[in-house]
Amino acid sequence: MTLPSDPGPASVLALKDISKSFGAVRALRDVSLELFPGEVHALAGENGAGKSTLIKTLAGVHRPDAGLVLLDGEPTVFHGPGDARDAGIAVIYQEPTLFPDLSIAENIFMGRRPRRALGRIDHKATHAATLALMQRLGVELDPDRPARGLSIADQQIVEIAKALSFDARVLIMDEPTAALTGSEVARLFGVVRTLREQGAAVLFISHRLEEIFQICQRVTTLRDGAWIASEPLDGMTEDDLVRRMVGRDLDELYPKQDVEAGEVALSVRRLTREGVFTDVSFDVRRGEIVGLAGLVGAGRTEVARAVFGVDRWDAGQVEVDGKALTNGAPSTAMAAGLALVPEDRRAQGLVMSMSIERNIGLTGLRTTVKAGLMDRGAERSRSLDWAVKLQVKYARIADAVSTLSGGNQQKVVLAKWLATGPKVLIVDEPTRGIDVGTKAEVHRLLSELAADGVAVLMISSDLPEILGMADRVLVMHEGRITAEIPRSEATEETVMAAATGRAA
Amino acid sequence: MADSALARAVRWDTVVGALLIVVLLLSFGTVDGFGNALNLSFLIGNTLPIALIALPMTMLVVAGEIDLSVASTAGLSGAVMGALWNQGMTIETIIPLCLALGVVCGLINGLLVTRLGLPSLAVTIGTLAAYRGIAQIVLGSDAVTDFPTQYLDFAAGRIGDTFIPYAFLPFLVLLAIAVVALHATPFGRSLFAVGASEEAARFAGIRVKRQKLILFTVTGLMASLTGIFWALHYASARFDNATGLELSVVAAVLLGGIDFDGGKGTLGGAIAGVFLLGALQNVMSLVNVSAQSQIVVTGVLLVVSVLGPRVARQISVARAGRRAAPPPTPADPKTAAAPTS
Repeated sequence: MTLPSDPGPASVLALKDISKSFGAVRALRDVSLELFPGEVHALAGENGAGKSTLIKTLAGVHRPDAGLVLLDGEPTVFHGPGDARDAGIAVIYQEPTLFPDLSIAENIFMGRRPRRALGRIDHKATHAATLALMQRLGVELDPDRPARGLSIADQQIVEIAKALSFDARVLIMDEPTAALTGSEVARLFGVVRTLREQGAAVLFISHRLEEIFQICQRVTTLRDGAWIASEPLDGMTEDDLVRRMVGRDLDELYPKQDVEAGEVALSVRRLTREGVFTDVSFDVRRGEIVGLAGLVGAGRTEVARAVFGVDRWDAGQVEVDGKALTNGAPSTAMAAGLALVPEDRRAQGLVMSMSIERNIGLTGLRTTVKAGLMDRGAERSRSLDWAVKLQVKYARIADAVSTLSGGNQQKVVLAKWLATGPKVLIVDEPTRGIDVGTKAEVHRLLSELAADGVAVLMISSDLPEILGMADRVLVMHEGRITAEIPRSEATEETVMAAATGRAA
Repeated sequence: MADSALARAVRWDTVVGALLIVVLLLSFGTVDGFGNALNLSFLIGNTLPIALIALPMTMLVVAGEIDLSVASTAGLSGAVMGALWNQGMTIETIIPLCLALGVVCGLINGLLVTRLGLPSLAVTIGTLAAYRGIAQIVLGSDAVTDFPTQYLDFAAGRIGDTFIPYAFLPFLVLLAIAVVALHATPFGRSLFAVGASEEAARFAGIRVKRQKLILFTVTGLMASLTGIFWALHYASARFDNATGLELSVVAAVLLGGIDFDGGKGTLGGAIAGVFLLGALQNVMSLVNVSAQSQIVVTGVLLVVSVLGPRVARQISVARAGRRAAPPPTPADPKTAAAPTS
């Protein structure tokens, strides 16, 4: 790894002592940042640390209240996103927004396609220019293919190509890997390295620390809107970085307690949903955390959905505490003591426009009732209780959940389900897209629940999380459970071997 | 922040309530013949069909669905009532039969939507045509007018010399039931969740399909009740009774601030919308605006009512935005520790 540590090269884009407030909230205080050509720079910080505001300042969306934006060393003012784009700054968002019915080439050259005589669009030139961009990125995507149906990873590539077509010199990537699979991340990193070698400056944001160490050379850390440090990553450890972000030593990220497993609480027998998963059998005991690992698309989420009842199964049986569940009936699963914290908290876990109170209350529609009517007092105290227990950070319990950060939204989903007093808790990607501090809190919570005798089934694509938290790891591959690995034998190698079908 | 006193002041249902009062006061002052008890009883009586159907329609729209076949169900119910009366059946037998017919009509809509997964807009446009067609087959071009006088008197009369029609009293009971059902029961609470995010509702164990089926069925029942009331109120059972009523109901409900996308609104707002529309129609008749022009006004109101709440919401969001932090740093620990707004 080469480090542009000597002050030799000039920064292409820099912020100097930037401050930005929204009303009484100071989102950024005296923050400085320098981006150099040929360097991938990480921006680290917990949710709410000010990363989004900083990105928006760089992208010309926000104008700083104080401080300077320096372009090639010269003070400059962006009057809007257009100015920033003209200056060669492009932002790649986590979830790109392409026009689904236009081709890749048309998306890239939207509104400025090469013309022929009489203003006719030159399809050939558009195609050729797109192909050239793809070659520059080292990616094979057909320029004429419509954007509809492209994976998020491919859509990001299109966005990057679009940025290059604007001669972008600075690429800001806002959590680009959050929705990608392992191999897609690897390809994206290949593209990022290519861009770096071609002299682009990249600002990279990710909650996954290992990715920061993998792809970045320097890191700037923010905490509560304040600048903490800008430094080379070489020689730093993940713990160092976490300490800068959190401002204290983080207790262990995986605080797993040893618990004696009790009786079987969840029993799944020969469960099959045609074409999705086949012959899935497993038990989860009281006090146990069972990890369900596998590649994206292996059928883990689908099993969870069927067990809980939002999808029907074609064959098999599910029992909670020895009581058989009805096929396709979440309400009976809930009544039996099953809870599911779903994969997609925005679409499935929460009603985004409803308040924190009402969201937690949704699982209590049977219990916070007096004489057939909602008992609003009981509903409010139940919601408040659990929001406080899980340390959800909110201004008012009546605020819409959409105003919360991702980590706090996830806590609301957990609160909503813990309030039902579940015997069996299924969590699907419980810490995806949430910051490291909240992640540790969620892990501690799961560990405490298990210690209290709850049976926990944890689906996760985060392998360290599986290895750190699970008493036992089940691995799925192409719709079947291919391995059951006790904690003592679970390693990245054994789990990945089973997940990719190399072990039977 | 959208819940502060300032934002609450621009809530659309309050705006409509205020507008209703303003229209009533203005009409008292400026429109000849508006303020006497007889005219007011006409106003209420003529508005009752819209109001009756608006009760379940509000719940349907809150849950993200709609039923455009209500006027045809009402027409069919009236036509069957007339046909059976001609057959010599007693009115006491006919009314329960017609209500049962309404239940069946609603059930058909509900099953098509929940079992086959069809969009309710399309399904109920289809049944709108079908139910009306059956009504015409049943009764042809006859008009049945000779229903028992005590029923006609109840449906058209008023209490003494007051402005209150007899039929307004049972309506108030139904309104109270509907308000409680939507705003105070677990069932009503879950409808808001279903309308705002059906998937999240399903993942919370809410039996979405069952609830929608119940709603469509109740809507059919209320539509047929309205059809019976209509035939008695106007002393005329014809196949084309209540034609176009669905437009007024939907316009009134949306005018009352029920979000067409589901998940938002209050029955109070919807009923204010209903009577605002009713008052406007009454005033227009008094000042001799033609029936055709009245339909134009209804149409314009429908557009305004879809637009209005959005504008109101944007105003409140803009106000909130000026006073407090925008989304980027919503959960800043400091914000939570020391509320800023």
